[in-house]
Amino acid sequence: MSTNYEDRPRGGYDNDDDDRRPMGGGRGGGRRMHRRRVCRFCIDKVDLIDFKDVRLLLNYLPERGKILPRRISGNCATHQRMLAEAIKRARNIALLPYTTD
Amino acid sequence: METKRQYEVVFIVDPTADDEVTKLTDGFKQIVVDQGGTITKAETMGKHKLAYEILHKKEGTFVLMEIEGSGKEIAELERRMRVNDRILRYLTVRVDEDRRRAEKLKTRRAAKQAKRVAAGGQRRGGAVEFAESKGE
Repeated sequence: MSTNYEDRPRGGYDNDDDDRRPMGGGRGGGRRMHRRRVCRFCIDKVDLIDFKDVRLLLNYLPERGKILPRRISGNCATHQRMLAEAIKRARNIALLPYTTD
Repeated sequence: METKRQYEVVFIVDPTADDEVTKLTDGFKQIVVDQGGTITKAETMGKHKLAYEILHKKEGTFVLMEIEGSGKEIAELERRMRVNDRILRYLTVRVDEDRRRAEKLKTRRAAKQAKRVAAGGQRRGGAVEFAESKGE
């Protein structure tokens, strides 16, 4: 698999509804259900995400150069918005790529 | 009167014009000052590889300036940068509002923390903590 999102469950995604069900009787063996998805920025109490901080932003930019979706990173809406804005700014001044091929 | 606006301007200088970087930067500073703005910070971020080619250049020197003013000087500055072919790219970001907001969140958090300490460490589960840190 080329996209390599971290924490990607084995066997790829199924329908999303499946995940909301509580631990249903051992079927499939606890995939994704146990993981507490918490916003890293909330934990670190980040109020501002700087577009010049390439090292940080790169964590949320998988190989393909797309912005890592919230459903995978677990970011809260506020911070995801800030992050997306920062990434787009960084792209504009060529600190980050728009695409990679 | 309302407070002055703060801007962050980043521009990329052509790598073949390396020796002109300081000259260019000083020129831009002068423009800002002439227009009634003030420079709060100016620093060279160094030569970096560009994430993609701009005008067939693969790298460039990044310069960061922080400007305080009304916004008029930004217009002039951008105009000058646009016509200057040594400048590969520039980006202006208004930062005062975001910074104020961050400041507010910070003080609010501090206040909350103080209150909690004053209340004498009542039971606070992880869930509560999470909900609080998530709130705007």
